[in-house]
Amino acid sequence: MSRKTTQTRRTVVTIAAWSIGFLIFFPILWTILMSFKSEGDAIKAPLAMLTSPWSLESYHEVQERSNYALHFWNSVVLSVGSTIAALIIAVPAAWSMAFVPGKRTKDLLMWMLSTKMMPAVGVLVPMYLLFRDFGLLDSRAGLVAVLTLINLPIVVWMLYTYFKEIPGEILEAARMDGASLRAEILYVLTPMAVPGIASTMLLNIILAWNEAFWTLQLTTSKAAPLTQFIASYSSPEGLFYAKLSAASTMAIAPILILGWFSQKQLVRGLTFGAVK
Amino acid sequence: MATAHSRTAARLMVSPAVILLFLWMIVPLGMTIWFSFLRYNLLTPGNESFAGFDNYYYFLTNAAFWQALTNTLTLVLGVLAITVIGGVLLALLLDQPFWGQGVVRVMVIAPFFVMPTVSALVWKNMFMNPVNGMFAHIAKTLGLQPFDFLAHAPLASIILIVAWSWLPFSTLILLTALQSLDREQQEAAEMDGASPLARFWYLTVPHLTRSITVVVLIQTIFLLSVFAEILVTTNGGPGNASTNIPYLVYAQSLLSFDVGGGSAGGIVAVILANIVAIFLMRMIGKNLET
Amino acid sequence: MGNITLSNVRKSFGETHVIPGIDLAIEEGEFVVFVGPSGCGKSTLLRLIAGLEDISAGVIRIDGQDATALPPAKRGLAMVFQSYALYPHMSVRKNIAFPLKMAGLDPAVIEQKVANAAKVLNLSNYLDRRPGQLSGGQRQRVAIGRAIVREPAAFLFDEPLSNLDAALRVSMRQEISELHQTLKTTMIYVTHDQVEAMTMADKIVVLNAGRIEQVGSPLDLYRAPANLFVAGFIGSPKMNFITGAEAAKHGATTIGIRPEHVMIGDGPWQGTVGLAEHLGSDTFLKVEVPGVGTLTVRGGGEVGLHHGDTVRLAPQPDKLHRFDANGLAMK
Repeated sequence: MSRKTTQTRRTVVTIAAWSIGFLIFFPILWTILMSFKSEGDAIKAPLAMLTSPWSLESYHEVQERSNYALHFWNSVVLSVGSTIAALIIAVPAAWSMAFVPGKRTKDLLMWMLSTKMMPAVGVLVPMYLLFRDFGLLDSRAGLVAVLTLINLPIVVWMLYTYFKEIPGEILEAARMDGASLRAEILYVLTPMAVPGIASTMLLNIILAWNEAFWTLQLTTSKAAPLTQFIASYSSPEGLFYAKLSAASTMAIAPILILGWFSQKQLVRGLTFGAVK
Repeated sequence: MATAHSRTAARLMVSPAVILLFLWMIVPLGMTIWFSFLRYNLLTPGNESFAGFDNYYYFLTNAAFWQALTNTLTLVLGVLAITVIGGVLLALLLDQPFWGQGVVRVMVIAPFFVMPTVSALVWKNMFMNPVNGMFAHIAKTLGLQPFDFLAHAPLASIILIVAWSWLPFSTLILLTALQSLDREQQEAAEMDGASPLARFWYLTVPHLTRSITVVVLIQTIFLLSVFAEILVTTNGGPGNASTNIPYLVYAQSLLSFDVGGGSAGGIVAVILANIVAIFLMRMIGKNLET
Repeated sequence: MGNITLSNVRKSFGETHVIPGIDLAIEEGEFVVFVGPSGCGKSTLLRLIAGLEDISAGVIRIDGQDATALPPAKRGLAMVFQSYALYPHMSVRKNIAFPLKMAGLDPAVIEQKVANAAKVLNLSNYLDRRPGQLSGGQRQRVAIGRAIVREPAAFLFDEPLSNLDAALRVSMRQEISELHQTLKTTMIYVTHDQVEAMTMADKIVVLNAGRIEQVGSPLDLYRAPANLFVAGFIGSPKMNFITGAEAAKHGATTIGIRPEHVMIGDGPWQGTVGLAEHLGSDTFLKVEVPGVGTLTVRGGGEVGLHHGDTVRLAPQPDKLHRFDANGLAMK
């Protein structure tokens, strides 16, 4: 419908949309603003706070007084590590299911999805005990494994829906052209699926970065990612608003940026291709 | 459609994923079931004994369980109501042409990317804190008594926090669905003399129903296991006022060290989730055929 | 090189026998067209020859060697797909070079061969474009280019023209025929369009429900269809079939007469014109003849008949086809 909407209508919608958007975004904006204030100014009334001088003090303090860098690094290792591991397992699986579907392929996909439905608390106790007995508590390796497994179904599904869109004839053409299975996947499928693989990676990194059940249960300090580090502010330390804000801003900033890049793919990934 | 050669290759390539997920599903779950029939406390290791259905009996007859169940359902339904209704309205608004669509879209989506511990703490301290929070400041400016949200309305506060995180999700999905509406169909209806309201009711609503179902089912899966938000805001309190089932299981097993009771609770949670899952799987399974 | 022999080739998907058993010999240099209605198994047969599907039983020989168990890449065949199946992320140059690269040829040789193919196919100016930037006909040429650089024992075409518009289809059809005359390589071409089959083939294989109905040159099939199916499938407009008393007069269960073999003016059949299509060069009439049925008649452009006119018709006696109760042609 390319008819002209009236300017008035457009103006009203613009004002409404911006107000609501601003309201929803406000807590994040406020956190970011507060992170640039001194501790004393941060607890002032909103107007007084806004007009107080800006400073980077709380960022320095977070860096100095805590192992912020370590936790940040842990988050990176956990999210990127689990994503790469999941991709290595999922690309061949998705290739098989998309291009050589069998009678049970659909059941297999549904079953993979069903593992995602299992609530984490259902296996909390044995996982905790297994981790304890194998010395994996508070280890990055153990957590990478868990995050890989909990996100594997989503990765397989997303890749599957992307691969499905690649016409099988192109892969057959490659086969006729003398490509081996390896060459077919490496030179034809992968380059064509790069956008799909990239958005799968992005979504998976976001999910793993924000995962806040296993990371809270299975880590304490040395392998703790930012979720756990921020949770430690729930103690009275949290009353240091400026520092909490600075730590929070640093924890969410990378993901906000990645998330904005992947918003389109997000829908597809989180609905298992049900909504595109 | 393929040759035996490629089928063999396919089976080989799919097996690592299948085996890993199978182990991941069966081993811990089997252990949970096993533990749930044991008298097993982490403080007295080595004293495990068979308990039959005692753990289930104690877990299910405990007043805390019923409160947790009610809380879980309230939390799920409350968040669903806010996010679905809000999501539809917001999606309809954002689907209109206006200046700066990209920027507004980005602002609306942002909360989804905030990790649960951060969003819970930001709300708890910067907004809901009865002394220094934004709401307290506003109340004082208006000459009102500041309200201690997390002490007096803990569950409602948590619902608000969780709904804030999930509203972008429903909005985004419903907006995507709206944008895939067939424009020609709309125009055909207009030619047929359908008013804007009739078009909304007979074309847009049926089109959105499917996406709303998807939103409801997927959110339910996640909302049934809300944990971090409760841990960092109220610790399930005051009393059990904001304890849901995941938190109760956590408290039972890792705070009271009652492995048997916690496992029984875990199995109860699994059964609850499965009831929801069955509906979700049917839904997505149907979609797979198209 | 390039003769292909199928001996008792069968293909089943579970309980469905798509191809219950086919014997066929394709000679070197022949242009063979597999034609039949959709679902007749013609594409499956092509894919079996290509090696993209395993055969359930039987033997496929290419140049006398048993190729039944060979993977597609080792059969020395090239295929042009219905959707062209170009690699969208590669330039035209890289698309055409891909099979040569897979064969591990020297880059200089590849460059040379690609340039030659591009010249033959008028693609020299497009070598650095992506397939997405080309028109349908150009994509088709790239697909052909990718096939010819391999110098295969035979080309396989799977309905290559069905995605093109009518005008382009005619000119591509001629280009492929000319290509065959230049290269003199065996070509196997699958189509559901009998016009393509008639115009391009040295040998037509008419398939129906996974069986070969008849094999022969286009004119053989036109003049002496072996059965009702072939008679009805080859030729446009369709042959008229008449059953009952009229057929019994000729000692057959069914008689067939092509629209172009019915004379207008005088004859035993009298009918009413239902529909008259005046194309300028030809006139097609639908005539309702009591006791015989509705006949399609092809007359010259000067025929001035219209709806409702009465007309007398006569079949050319030597062009009458007679079929027995099993639908087989009678001699």
